[in-house]
Amino acid sequence: MKNIKFLILGIFFAIVLSKSQAISWYRFYEMFKFQSFHMYGIIGGAVVISMIFMQLFKHGKIKDINGNKIVPKPKKEGFVSTILGGTLFGLGWGISGACAAPIFVILGFKLIPALILLAGALLGAFIYGVLSKKLPN
Amino acid sequence: MDFILQPWAWYVGGPLIAISLLLYFYFGKNFGASTNFETICTIFGADKVSDYFKKDWKDQKFALFFVIGLIIGGFIAANYLIPNQAIDLNPKTVQELTDLGFANVGNQYFPDEIFSDEVVFSLKGFLILLVSGLLIGFGTRYAGGCTSGHAITGLSSLQLPSLLAVIGFFIGGIIATWVIIPILFG
Repeated sequence: MKNIKFLILGIFFAIVLSKSQAISWYRFYEMFKFQSFHMYGIIGGAVVISMIFMQLFKHGKIKDINGNKIVPKPKKEGFVSTILGGTLFGLGWGISGACAAPIFVILGFKLIPALILLAGALLGAFIYGVLSKKLPN
Repeated sequence: MDFILQPWAWYVGGPLIAISLLLYFYFGKNFGASTNFETICTIFGADKVSDYFKKDWKDQKFALFFVIGLIIGGFIAANYLIPNQAIDLNPKTVQELTDLGFANVGNQYFPDEIFSDEVVFSLKGFLILLVSGLLIGFGTRYAGGCTSGHAITGLSSLQLPSLLAVIGFFIGGIIATWVIIPILFG
């Protein structure tokens, strides 16, 4: 039952993304065309406030539910993997207007298109897993 | 109730996303969404094809609960919290998309030209979504994260790989919107 809190947090996060239009195809189109501040405000605002939280984690001012220090996992290093992987993801994001979490949220809005996106994403993750050892890092 | 039904400004959405990240870490886990694609692959038996997927998906159960929450939250928002999906777009954006042949630009979150049943069941429409999804799934795993994991968690914890990944996100997004969309719809 301890996972129920993540379910509730997921509901909350989905509502935040939906209400702030951060799942709308148009909003991402505008963002990548530099025609609106909206998404920059959302992502930038989230990053700046999260930076403050990260400092509080680092200095032990906020501990997790079990009293442990919160340490974000280091991201995997690699110039090619991050730039090239990021670019491929950006292409999919720019065309469909969906990124990872919103794909699940969009299921509630546009079931069939979101299922196709999800099937593609699973296939993509599968192909990555199969090829992972052969890809440049 | 009025506030709930109105669109939320960026200065409401941004902080609430940060609060979501805070709670996720407070609950003892690393904030992100795209690892779930791998976990679901494992559940579907991908571990029988590649060792890469030989992981105990039960360790990721919390994240799957988050995903179920995302789906439920999406249904709640779509059906009860957004009586009007009209978006206040830049008139330039509206004009541009109209010139590309998009109808009713900004009247709803998702353009019919990509998301309507008619389009989705055409070969072109189906492939646009499937290939986009494929790029999202492959790209996030290769890059090691998505908007949540890299752009928000990684940037705010000052991680260099995340900065590189976000630069990649924008390279891809800009190519998609400036070049590919006009080719696909022009």
